[in-house]
Amino acid sequence: MILSNTESVPGREIVEFYGVVTGNTVRAKHVGRDIMAGLKNIVGGELSGYTELLADSREEATQRMIRQAESMGANAVVNVRYATSSISQGAAELFAYGTAVQVR
Amino acid sequence: MDNVEKFNLFMQFGLPLAILVFAYFIGNMIERKHFRNLRKREEAVQGYPVVSFEKLPQDWTVGSAGLVTGSVVVSLDYFKRVIAGLRGLIGGRIKTYEPLLDRARREALLRLVESAKRDGFDAVVNVRLETSRLANSRRDGKGTAGVEMLAFGTGIVLKKRW
Repeated sequence: MILSNTESVPGREIVEFYGVVTGNTVRAKHVGRDIMAGLKNIVGGELSGYTELLADSREEATQRMIRQAESMGANAVVNVRYATSSISQGAAELFAYGTAVQVR
Repeated sequence: MDNVEKFNLFMQFGLPLAILVFAYFIGNMIERKHFRNLRKREEAVQGYPVVSFEKLPQDWTVGSAGLVTGSVVVSLDYFKRVIAGLRGLIGGRIKTYEPLLDRARREALLRLVESAKRDGFDAVVNVRLETSRLANSRRDGKGTAGVEMLAFGTGIVLKKRW
């Protein structure tokens, strides 16, 4: 599966469009991590627990998007976009979407 | 004033003040260290093509492509958050937040470039940067307030290097 955030896959030609595919995941913060982040928040700097958490969640959303594209018979997803929204206290939705296509 | 009163006074004013001073020094130290680190790593990746448009030069023959990302969550120290809060009352430029976003953006971009290099890509095109604020852990708006910066783009492997 080829992913790209450009309108076409560089060096390839799009032969068929299948439509928009999406993948999402909602994650809540973990208490242990939250306490650590709270302490880290006093002095500032990178909150690596959160960086990891968000990167993992985004990876999962991407995998779900890829699975959907695969079920349509696509071999690439172009114009991939990411969005994050905090839906409630301490929970965030990670969302990935793009257009499933067949490239040659 | 007996000891209990002294203790209460300390817990009310002394402790927050002590944390404020502690946060100021340590926070500044962490920020300076991060900027030094950024400058060093930016030098190392100088000359690597990273662009925010998707049109490729005509003489490039692309072998393969793939998505690359880099992200980071950073937060401001307690002292600077208090200053920013006060500044918010009178409005105007909040200087303490500017370096935070600058750091986050440069770090996310660097991680994108470093991961692209590690994965064997020769260039990254159509780079986009996205900022999102993490939800506060407490209802009153205090607590963890980090900023997440995400950089993503399309990595390109060239068939033949110029």
